[in-house]
Amino acid sequence: MIDLLTLILFIPSLGALLLLFLPREQEKLIKWSAFVISLVPLGLSIYLWTVFDATKNGFQFETTYVWYAAIHSSYHVGIDGLSLTMVMLTTLLMPLAILASFSIKDRIKSYMILFFFLETGLLGVFLSLDLLVFFVFYEIGLVPMFFIINQWGSEHGEREIWGGRKMSARAYASIKFMIYTMAASLGLLLAIQLIGVSAGTYDLKELFKVWPTLQTFNHITLAWQPDTIKAVAFWAFVIAFALKVPVWPFHTWLPDAHTEAPVAGSMILAGVLLKLGAYGFLRLVLPLFPAQSAHYAGWLGLMAILAIILGAFAAYGQNDFKRLVAYSSVNHMGFVVLGIAAAAAAIGTENATIALNGAVFQMFNHGLSAAGMFFLVGVIYERTHTRNLDEYGGLFPLMPVYGGILIFTAMGSLGLPGLSGFISEFLVVRGSWPIFTLYTALAMIGLLFTGAYVLKGIKQVLHGPLNEKWSGHISEINVREIIVITPLMILMLWLGLWPSSVLEVINRAVTMLF
Amino acid sequence: MQFPIISFIVFTPAAAAAIIFMLPGERKTEIRVTALAAAAFALILSLWLYFSYNIASGGYQFKEQYNWLPSMGISYFVGIDGLSAPLVLLTGIVMLTGVLISWKLDDRPREFFAFLFILATGVFGVFVSLDLFMLFFFYEIAVFPMYLLIGIWGSKETREYAAMKLTLYLFIGSVVSLVGALAMYFQADATLGKLTFNMLELEKAGFSVSFQQLWFPFVFMGFAVLGGIFPFHNWSPDGHVAAPTAVSMFHAGVLMKLGAFAALRVGVMLLPEGAKAHMWWIILLALVNVVYGAFIASVQKDFKYVIGFSSVSHMGLVMLGFATLNKDGMMGAGLQMFSHGVMTALFFAVVGMVYDQAHTREIPKLGGFAQKMPWAMVCFVIAGLVSMGMPGFSGFIAEFPIFMGAWQASSWIAIIAAVSIVVTASYIIRVIRNVFFGTMPAEMASHIHDISTLDKVALVSLSIFLVGIGIYPSLMVPMVESGVQNILRLLGGA
Repeated sequence: MIDLLTLILFIPSLGALLLLFLPREQEKLIKWSAFVISLVPLGLSIYLWTVFDATKNGFQFETTYVWYAAIHSSYHVGIDGLSLTMVMLTTLLMPLAILASFSIKDRIKSYMILFFFLETGLLGVFLSLDLLVFFVFYEIGLVPMFFIINQWGSEHGEREIWGGRKMSARAYASIKFMIYTMAASLGLLLAIQLIGVSAGTYDLKELFKVWPTLQTFNHITLAWQPDTIKAVAFWAFVIAFALKVPVWPFHTWLPDAHTEAPVAGSMILAGVLLKLGAYGFLRLVLPLFPAQSAHYAGWLGLMAILAIILGAFAAYGQNDFKRLVAYSSVNHMGFVVLGIAAAAAAIGTENATIALNGAVFQMFNHGLSAAGMFFLVGVIYERTHTRNLDEYGGLFPLMPVYGGILIFTAMGSLGLPGLSGFISEFLVVRGSWPIFTLYTALAMIGLLFTGAYVLKGIKQVLHGPLNEKWSGHISEINVREIIVITPLMILMLWLGLWPSSVLEVINRAVTMLF
Repeated sequence: MQFPIISFIVFTPAAAAAIIFMLPGERKTEIRVTALAAAAFALILSLWLYFSYNIASGGYQFKEQYNWLPSMGISYFVGIDGLSAPLVLLTGIVMLTGVLISWKLDDRPREFFAFLFILATGVFGVFVSLDLFMLFFFYEIAVFPMYLLIGIWGSKETREYAAMKLTLYLFIGSVVSLVGALAMYFQADATLGKLTFNMLELEKAGFSVSFQQLWFPFVFMGFAVLGGIFPFHNWSPDGHVAAPTAVSMFHAGVLMKLGAFAALRVGVMLLPEGAKAHMWWIILLALVNVVYGAFIASVQKDFKYVIGFSSVSHMGLVMLGFATLNKDGMMGAGLQMFSHGVMTALFFAVVGMVYDQAHTREIPKLGGFAQKMPWAMVCFVIAGLVSMGMPGFSGFIAEFPIFMGAWQASSWIAIIAAVSIVVTASYIIRVIRNVFFGTMPAEMASHIHDISTLDKVALVSLSIFLVGIGIYPSLMVPMVESGVQNILRLLGGA
């Protein structure tokens, strides 16, 4: 009997193999099979959510199989509240992303296959309890994403690279994404090897016990103090994950990748992929390097603040609607990192727990709102073929339903009380205030600008004088698109009014992190 | 007596070569079918051998020994261990896929397949030899047909130059090793009391430390030339580029492994004390291979040279792994030999398919091949991911322990070598983007068509090995691990 987690993890890959055998011309069949297949992991995760015991400590549904015994690595999966939340987010966004891709006409089969491999990669990161397997899934997700951006990204735009040579914007964005991430993972890879070689295992549960107190590095020939070695390994982890989140100054791949990716690609990028970085901080960095985390938390907090403030400024300065939303992710993910940094600085206190609850909840909420915003940008782009804010204007009367949905989702994104984003940002700020008072106060300024850029986006698209060239040429949001956005809106509202339905799952996990 | 399966594997290609020679040259279909049947038979036997090897008991198995020149201590003595079994399998795979993708070769297929199969016999022979003389014997058999294959069927511009350069390098290398081998042979007379080329006896000969330290560089470097070690690597990209496709596959996929394997079996295993004394500079040379090879590959404009130099870089990892002399490093090197062999065979197969139709290998002149030959694109991407060590593919499974070994040998080596991963990623992405995507030049668009079904079969079967081992490393790891245990025992007990 195959266990539940393994099923959730590999059903998308099996689905991809299944799609491989469908005839290429049957586009309708391919789309609907993809959609139906993507509902299976969602159903299983909902079931998992119901049978998960939120009152128990530690990991549940653990399974281990032999994988790479010679170097002491095994396929070990299991979940706690933290990973369950992320699995839920991933499996929820995937059917929506697939539904949002129904308008794709070019090589739909390959596109869907790549999405399913991407889903397995993402889920694997959240489920694995083995450092090496974690890394395997962490890296493997890059490949489908690279091709999704490279092949199905926006067709317009050119970027000049060195020597006056030009390349298409999507190629530029995808290569930048790939090379940046691989370069950052290099440090992670070396640090993982360092840990594996000196601790003699890659199993996370064992490493949590052994590694933080390890003081002798028998097999390592570096003539450094143990503390130096650990600090270097810590920074290797931090840089890899900080680039993925991303925090300032490692964020520059993000606006390019998000902007050039196809709609569903941006939804998954912002909705799930960015969470991998934050998840890495929570699952690996804090438990493996508690002392170093506490020591360097101030730096991390500073980077988070800069991400919040500069991300908001940068978003405000954009004329490209999609770039505006992309920078908003830098801004919002900054709060996640701020919460993590604050918790790291004051491990074990109540404030730390509150901040971590906020950070994880913010990860989930940002997944909902960012995916929703990117989708709505995509909806309007498909109709106007422009993302330039100056070319929109006064579209509200032409598409009132779309306008309403856009305002609702944007409010969710800026953290309007009553919607879920408010709760999580409040928790982060509440938890961080006693720990990083100055930083948190500065973050509030960032919050102000969040309001400013969101309103700017809404104003430029929906209000003001109607740009005459659109009248008669633009159609209302259609039923399929409404179906995509509805679950996100319902969840934003539900979690805004009743946050404890998720928070009680998260809370136990974050108190057990250390 | 048990069925002499190893002898069957070794001499099937030679027998097929003899049969093919006897067929009339114009009956091309019969020639091809014979070649295919022989290659398939050899592959089936090597698969059988691979899966019937008993990992739990380890050591050398399926041994066969016949007297050959007893007065000089030479016997026909073959057997496999956990390191050579994957390589025998690799040779079987490359041989079959090489025949499949050479199906349309129209210029004297009789001689082509005959020489290719003699080469295959030599390669199989080296991997299974347990007698030093036999090992040299098969080694030379493997090298010589290469000269003819490149000189006759190679690409017109450089074939004479490349064939000559390759053959001279390799002969000089083997002569240098032979000197070391003879030194061992005569020294064994003093320590064992008899003249013997039997490697299992030579392992126990108890050569003095100073003797081992003196002769190790000769033996190791002589063979390592074929492994492409810096600074003796530059015959290899030239040879790759000039050779016809199937020969490039053999050359990079199998022949370079021959060098690394022989350097290990004769150098490290017979002279372990020498290995311990000299390894630090071999690690440095291999490190140069890894990093420098990657940088050189990234500035090449010729499609085939990119892959050629990538082999230099990856073979550097093999030798780096062996040179660490610890379990992780050597196990990784053993896996990397198999993984790189399959991967680079796949690379060269695709390069050949593109060249056959485009008639140019200059990367800036190519583009848009993904639409015309999607299967080739997908398989090339898989090989590319293996090459950049992407997790989930066999390259990662192999490189990861090499790096772990390097950490233990000298941590800075691991850190510096890791640079090559990003460089590799960048040149692989560049090639994929420029060759397979983008727009196809108008003059090509009219006559480029999809690859044949046989080509697809070949590419897909190579890819299956790369993905299979990547997802489930236990298919091969325990085997290689058992082979490495044997070397560790020699290193520890010497």
